[in-house]
Amino acid sequence: MSATAHIDIKKTADLARLRLTAEEETAYTAQLERILEYVGQLDEADTASVEAAAHPHELFDVMRSDAARPGFVMEAALSNAPRRSGDQFMVPKVVE
Amino acid sequence: MPDALHTLTIAELRTLLQKREISPADIIHDLEASITARDPEIGAYLHRDTAAALAAAEKADLSAPLGGIPVAIKDVLNVQGQPATAGSKMLRGYISPYDATCIAKLKSAGAIPFGKLNMDEFAMGSSNENSAWQLTRNPWDTTRVPGGSSGASAAAVAARTAIASLGSDTGGSIRQPAAFCGITGLKPTYGRVSRYGLIAYASSLDQVGPMTRTVEDAALVLQAIAGHDPQDSTSLNAPVPDYSAALRRGVSGMKIGLPREYFIDGIDPAVRAAVEAGVKELERQGATVREISLPHTRFAIAAYYIIATAEASANLARFDGVRYGHRCDTPADLRDMYDRSRAEGFGPEVKRRIILGTYVLSSGYYDAYYRKAQKVRTLIARDFAEAFKEVDLIASPVTPTAAFKIGKNAGDPLQMYLADIFTIANNLSGVCGISVPCGYSAEGLPIGLQLTGRPLGEEDLLRGAFAYEQATDWHRRLPQKS
Repeated sequence: MSATAHIDIKKTADLARLRLTAEEETAYTAQLERILEYVGQLDEADTASVEAAAHPHELFDVMRSDAARPGFVMEAALSNAPRRSGDQFMVPKVVE
Repeated sequence: MPDALHTLTIAELRTLLQKREISPADIIHDLEASITARDPEIGAYLHRDTAAALAAAEKADLSAPLGGIPVAIKDVLNVQGQPATAGSKMLRGYISPYDATCIAKLKSAGAIPFGKLNMDEFAMGSSNENSAWQLTRNPWDTTRVPGGSSGASAAAVAARTAIASLGSDTGGSIRQPAAFCGITGLKPTYGRVSRYGLIAYASSLDQVGPMTRTVEDAALVLQAIAGHDPQDSTSLNAPVPDYSAALRRGVSGMKIGLPREYFIDGIDPAVRAAVEAGVKELERQGATVREISLPHTRFAIAAYYIIATAEASANLARFDGVRYGHRCDTPADLRDMYDRSRAEGFGPEVKRRIILGTYVLSSGYYDAYYRKAQKVRTLIARDFAEAFKEVDLIASPVTPTAAFKIGKNAGDPLQMYLADIFTIANNLSGVCGISVPCGYSAEGLPIGLQLTGRPLGEEDLLRGAFAYEQATDWHRRLPQKS
């Protein structure tokens, strides 16, 4: 991290699956570089012997029995589909 | 029938219901009239299904703890058969096929979910200005914001257009609007309330909690929604105590800490004075007060905006136009569908946070930003763990100022983020907190006192907040015209 943080906005938007306009690219680049400059102050925290915390509490694997349980009926699962065909979600063609 | 049922608390309405002096339908009708009169100016409600609420009122079990009580719901929670947009165009037209666990628990406690409330898009914001649908105004001054992201959940309770509401809090989104609107907002310990059915923003920080007129009501609603849920693997499998029983234990002998890092320059003098007077009142009632230190406070906002945006970028990847949510017209291929559906469906603040989160997780930056922020998170959590060896509660302001003007911070995301300084460390460390009204600014705007408790210390929060509330009448004041 450094005070002159630079963000490759086109690459990052591509990774995020977001198509940005030229105006958005300019605006976000300036805003995000300012935010990155601010978060750069984390460099001042001494974390040499500190474990990373992904979560507030100690976490253990939570298991449940491998048994059938009631779930969504198909009609409920499909009820908000942008496009459907019968019992399936429709998407643009994936294979040639 | 008593007049103005919409001005009563849950506890007062329950007494009238049990004496059969009123019916649940009377409350719904009265609220409906209040909403019709007041909400056009406030803009809290996105949706309500009065017929469904009246049907539920007919069947309400008055022997249940919240029997017949309508509760308004932040639009980030799924209520079966109702819209849930999370304040986003991405979810225009979405109808929840299931109940969130906290909603199912409210219903089994006899409550009636009534109305969906506006919010910052996907809970990202501190002012409700990031809603894709409408502006929500502060009932105390309609030129000002109600706070956020549960801004409308606070505004409706303050304006007496809801008896109580549910909000969610990822970095202060229950406590900050509660402070701005002069109501009580309780953010439970991470894991105390199930997140199943809450549209996720940052999964290691999000919690659902009550927003109410009184501390007693907060205890009643928390009682109904708290508890372990096998559907949320992060929910805590710990017994739920009798929260109402904790209210009247008093603060005598409690130890309260004042973090020196929270009483800094930049706090509005009226806020500082009101909070200090609040602490004095607790001291007068027998609590002991001492200064403490939370030394890593200054890193909290930076750590939060890395961790929360990283988690948001992963959580919001689910909005791909396939199974639900917005899909662009005539996509050329799958990739075009993803890119354009997301570009069209998400608003500016959500895009900003997704991009920031994607960046800090991307190859080459992960260790420098995300891993570093997670380590700082450990330091912040240790600060609280150390402090709670010495004290039972931590008292502080909720916000550096009272509610700000609509538009004031709209063009400056960083400035907006910096206002979250006093609420954000709570979420990073997973402790619990409450905001209660503790005074008014010279302009007549409410000010909140924040009490922070150790993990699963909700009884301590309620004890402290109730003792303070009983000695004051700030919570009884009404915004004009309510």
